[in-house]
Amino acid sequence: MKARTVDKIATGIIVTLALLIVAVLAGLLGYILFRGMSHISWDFLTSAPQKIRAGGGVGPQLFNSLFLLVLTLLITVPLGLGAGIYMAEYARPGRITGFIRLIVEVLSSFPSIVVGLFGLLLIVNIFGLGFSLVSGALALTVFNLPLMVRITEQAFRSVPAQQKEAGFALGLSKWKIVTTVLFPVALPAIITGTILSAGRVFGEAAALMFTAGMSSPRLNFSNWNPLSPSSPLNPFRPAETLAVHIWKINSEGLAPDAVQIAAGASAVLVITVLIFNLAARYVGRLIYRKLTASRRMN
Amino acid sequence: MEATLTAPHVLQEAMVEKNFRTENLSIFYGTYEAVKGISLPFPEKTVTALIGPSGCGKSTFLRSLNRMNDEISGSTTKGSIWIDGVDINASGTDVIKLRQKIGMVWQKPNPFYKSIYDNIAFGPRYHGVKGKKALDEIVESSLRRAALWDEVKDRLKDSALALSGGQQQRLCIARALSVNPQILLLDEPASALDPVSTGKIEELIKELKEELRIVIVTHNMQQAARISDYTAYFYLGQLIEYGLTEKVFTNPENSMTQEYIMGRFG
Repeated sequence: MKARTVDKIATGIIVTLALLIVAVLAGLLGYILFRGMSHISWDFLTSAPQKIRAGGGVGPQLFNSLFLLVLTLLITVPLGLGAGIYMAEYARPGRITGFIRLIVEVLSSFPSIVVGLFGLLLIVNIFGLGFSLVSGALALTVFNLPLMVRITEQAFRSVPAQQKEAGFALGLSKWKIVTTVLFPVALPAIITGTILSAGRVFGEAAALMFTAGMSSPRLNFSNWNPLSPSSPLNPFRPAETLAVHIWKINSEGLAPDAVQIAAGASAVLVITVLIFNLAARYVGRLIYRKLTASRRMN
Repeated sequence: MEATLTAPHVLQEAMVEKNFRTENLSIFYGTYEAVKGISLPFPEKTVTALIGPSGCGKSTFLRSLNRMNDEISGSTTKGSIWIDGVDINASGTDVIKLRQKIGMVWQKPNPFYKSIYDNIAFGPRYHGVKGKKALDEIVESSLRRAALWDEVKDRLKDSALALSGGQQQRLCIARALSVNPQILLLDEPASALDPVSTGKIEELIKELKEELRIVIVTHNMQQAARISDYTAYFYLGQLIEYGLTEKVFTNPENSMTQEYIMGRFG
C-alpha cells in the first residue's frame, strides 16, 4: 500500500474513534440532562427532601456537596502542594522518595468502598469523629491527596530548569524561587489537578456513605454559628451529599416521585460539576495572568 | 600540564590581580574531576574568553564562579575563588550575597514568566530596594545598559515571553545588571541568536566591560577574537594556555591551542 493511503486510513480510524468517544459522552450527558432538567426548579434546589410524600427537594444535599468540597480542598490543597513541592524540589532522589511515590500511587488506586470502610473504622469510630463532614473530608483526602501530590510534583518538574538557575544567579533563596518563580509557571497544571480531585468529591458516594453518613439533620439555614448542631456550617454534623442521596433514593426511596428526584438530582450534580469546572478555570486564568503578565495560559 | 602564560607582562598582571581570581580550582562530579586545578585571573575592565571543545570543563568552571554548582547534587569544589580578598569558595560564604555581586546569563534566554518590568525589578525588590520611583529608575537604567530600553519602554507591562529571542537575551543581561554586579558571567550568550542579535550582544559586551569584569564561554572563535582581551584554552578539564587574546590567536605557545583555533579538532 502506498504511504499516503496508509496515512489516510490511520487518520480515518483516529477521527472515528474520537467521534465515537464524543458521541458516547454527549449522549450520556444529554440523557442525564434530558431526563432531569424538567424536574429542576428553584423549589427543588432549595427545599429539603421528603420521606414518603412527593415534592421533596435536594437543597441540603446540594449544600452538603459544596461544603464537603470546600472542606476537602482545605485539607488536600495545602498538604498536596507541600508534599508535591517537597518531592519535586527538595527531596533527594533515592529509596525514600521512591517509596513515597509508590505509596502515593497505591493510595490513589484504592477502591473507594475500602476507603469508606477504613474511614468508618479509623476516623468515625476510633478517632470518634462520628458520621460527619470532617470524617467525609478526611476519607476523600485519602484518594485525593495522592492525585494532588503527583500533579503538583509533575507541574513543578515541568518548569524549565533555567528558570530556577536564573533565580539562583540573582541571589534569590530557594523558597523565594519556589513561590514566586516556579509556582506561577506550574499554576495551570495545579489548577487542572484541583479540578480533577474536586470532580471526585462531587461524584464520590461509596466512601462517603460510611463516613459523612446517609442522613442530614434538620438544617436551619438562618443559623450560621458553626458550633450549633443545626447550623449548615457545623463541620461535625452528619451530611448526606448529592451523590449519596441519588444512590439512596434510587435503591430505597419511598417517595412516589423517587425516580424523578433521582433524575433531577443527577442533572443538578452534572451541572454543578460543570459550573465548578468553568469557574475554577476562569479564576485560575485570572491568577495566572496576574502573576505572569501574559494574556493566556500556555 | 602547566598552563602556558604567553607574555611576561601578562604573567605579571595575572599575579598582581587580587580582586578576582581562581586558585587551584578543581570541580568534581562524584569522583569525576571535571575541572583540574585551574588558576586564572580576571582583571578589571576586561573580557576573558574561555574556549575549548565541548566537555572540556569551561562551562563547569564558569558556573563554579558564582557557586551555581552548589545546586547540583554530587558536585564538589576544591581550591579557592578570590573576590575582593575573600575566598568565596570557603564554607561560610553567604551565597545569596555573593550572587548579587556576580551576574550570569545563559545560552538559552530564560526570562521569568513575568512582565518585562517585573523581570528587572524582581531582584532589586527582593534585595531590599523599596519604592516605585527607585525601582522605576533601576528598570530604566538596567534596560538602557542592556540597549533594550528604546525597544520596550512603551510595553513594560507586557509579558517578557512576547519578546524576540535576541530581545529576551538582552533582557536577561538587563536582569543580571539590575542588582549591580561587579562581574558578569556569560555562558555562550549569543549561540542561539541570529547574526544581527549576536552583533548587538557583542556590542553590548564591549560597552559593559568599561564597568565590570566579564567572563564569557564561547564556541565561536571569531567572537572570542573580536570581543575578548584575554583568552583561556581548556582541554579535558585542564588549562592549556592563557594569555592576551591577540597573542593566543596569532601566535599560540601550545600546538594544541593552535590546532583548536585553526579548527583542526574539537
